Amino acid sequence: MFGKIIGWIDDRIPMTRVWNMHIAQYPAPKNFNFWYFFGSLAMLVLVNQILTGIWLTMNYVPSAEGAFASIEYIMRDVDYGWLLRYLHSTGASAFFIVVYLHMFRGMIYGSYQKPRELLWLFGMFIFLALMAEAFMGYLLPWGQMSFWGAQVIISLFGAIPVIGDDLTLWIRGDYVISGATLNRFFALHVIALPLVIVILVFLHIVALHEVGSNNPDGIDNKRKKGTVPEEDKPKFKFHEYYTDKKDIIDAIPFHPYYTVKDIVGVVGFLILFCWVVFFMPAMGGFFLEAPNFEAANPLKTPEHIFPVWYFTPFYAILRAIPDKLMGVAAMGASIVVLALLPWIDRGSVRSVRYRCGFHKWNIAGFVVTFVLLGWVGATPQTDFKTIVSQVCTVTYFMFFVLLFVYSKNEKTKPLPERLTK
Amino acid sequence: MMKKLIIGLFALSVNMLPAMAAGPSVPLMEAGNDISDQPSLQRGAKLFMNYCLGCHQMQYQRYERTFRDIGIPTEVGQEQLIFDGSKVGSHIKNSMAKDDAAKWFGAAPPDLTNVARVRGSDWIYTYLKSFYKDESRPFGVNNTLFPSVGMPHVLQELQGVPTPITEEVTVDGVKTVHITGTETDGSGEMSVDEYDQAVRDLTNFLEYVGEPTRLESEALGIKVIGFLIILFILAFMLKKEYWRDVH
Repeated sequence: MFGKIIGWIDDRIPMTRVWNMHIAQYPAPKNFNFWYFFGSLAMLVLVNQILTGIWLTMNYVPSAEGAFASIEYIMRDVDYGWLLRYLHSTGASAFFIVVYLHMFRGMIYGSYQKPRELLWLFGMFIFLALMAEAFMGYLLPWGQMSFWGAQVIISLFGAIPVIGDDLTLWIRGDYVISGATLNRFFALHVIALPLVIVILVFLHIVALHEVGSNNPDGIDNKRKKGTVPEEDKPKFKFHEYYTDKKDIIDAIPFHPYYTVKDIVGVVGFLILFCWVVFFMPAMGGFFLEAPNFEAANPLKTPEHIFPVWYFTPFYAILRAIPDKLMGVAAMGASIVVLALLPWIDRGSVRSVRYRCGFHKWNIAGFVVTFVLLGWVGATPQTDFKTIVSQVCTVTYFMFFVLLFVYSKNEKTKPLPERLTK
Repeated sequence: MMKKLIIGLFALSVNMLPAMAAGPSVPLMEAGNDISDQPSLQRGAKLFMNYCLGCHQMQYQRYERTFRDIGIPTEVGQEQLIFDGSKVGSHIKNSMAKDDAAKWFGAAPPDLTNVARVRGSDWIYTYLKSFYKDESRPFGVNNTLFPSVGMPHVLQELQGVPTPITEEVTVDGVKTVHITGTETDGSGEMSVDEYDQAVRDLTNFLEYVGEPTRLESEALGIKVIGFLIILFILAFMLKKEYWRDVH
């Protein structure tokens, strides 16, 4: 009976074929480590944001007059409204945490290198859409930081020569941030950008499955057809789509091996996530900034205006440069340069495990730089911190410059024949 | 105009020093309150309704859920803590017009629903203990934590008249008078310890109102995380079992 139903569906839509091709018989390298949890976790957080977002929308009032009060209504009067809102606000920060770690994984194992350039670019577009999504979502509670943060960020577009002023006017829909801005940000936040993100995530996975996953060794586990002796081939059944073209070694089917492994990752993540949601949703002012518990007041500027923590590394680059236009340009460049990583890195060895010692130091330096930039961008500026931000802005871009230089004739270690543990 | 405003904004956010966070830097006293202490919350609610609500609203919080959360029977609350005949399901509001208030005090008294989340409990506790006698101000009092604040010392009948304790400090050869604390003249209804406790109770109540679901959240959180830890162990065992034929 069950088989009949499946057969009936399969005659009309390729359900079993897609399931096998992309899940049950998808060959994944067998040596994924800790760093490989963050892709599936990003999907989990995306689902969390969409679901809690839908329920929040049911009680949220998208107007300058009603927004702040409706958030308080959700927090106080809606059954488990506080839980929905904390899941959503903590989810926003969690999204950036897992995405930053996911991108870092790509950097250390060279997952952006040929043939995965497009995969990396789709990822960068997701990152961009995510930043826009987070920024617009942050205006919706209509608190002090929502209002003034948006004011500062939108004004950045005013630095663009000639069209700047008209552009800011076009974005705001008004001469100042107002209900008009709130309404359009709401529309973009709840429908346009989520749709873009979901489509890009789909393309990201299509691109991933076409080229196959990279692995911590950064070597190909798909060999030329007929070169791998029968006894070296894995004993698992993989979809013909993959085995027809190449011989596959050291791979396991995604399901059940990585599905059960990802469940461990998901539950481990949820323990940390729920700990924040239930016990410290404001995260000391990092996830929910204190001034945002006060309704937006266009006549009262808060003492300090900071973006939320996930934007602060880029914000610090902006502030490091005294000239506004140059600051905006540098901030934009700091993201563009990340997207260009596949072409900046001219090496042929992917994984940090087999690259030169200098590469390890370069990556370590980049991590320190990113964290320092985040710190100076999130705290009130002092003369000392201005210098820190300027030094870090230089070292941020230096990472890419150095990588471009040494990757051409890099002294690398010999690559293993087979995937290691 | 707009451009100037925004450039000014930038300069402001760039040049601010941490010490300028909330006027002069007065070290905050530790409130030491406990939102699970219901008698304290009840005393705090009584103080709020009697001394604060005349000017400050809690426009997002309702009487009924407040009474329920802090253990006051609805009828008792209705009878003893609602002074303007509001229904028990209404928001905690007063009838002072914002424009009038701004005229009388220089600025409209802020809504206090979220004050503990904006300022923090220690700030509120310190603020309420930092009023001192200053005849140069319209209401005869000033505040070390919030200089030139527009608010009168409404708890004066409880604390008594607080006079400043000063200290002369010489900075770079210039002598300045520095207020290090206050002491009461003893004319209030309460002793020093009683007043501290009253302020602690009021702070406690404000912290509760800032996030009325805090205790519920923690109680639920323990269950959720307990469940997840068990699930984690099971998921880990399941993974081990499946992966036996890979390793």
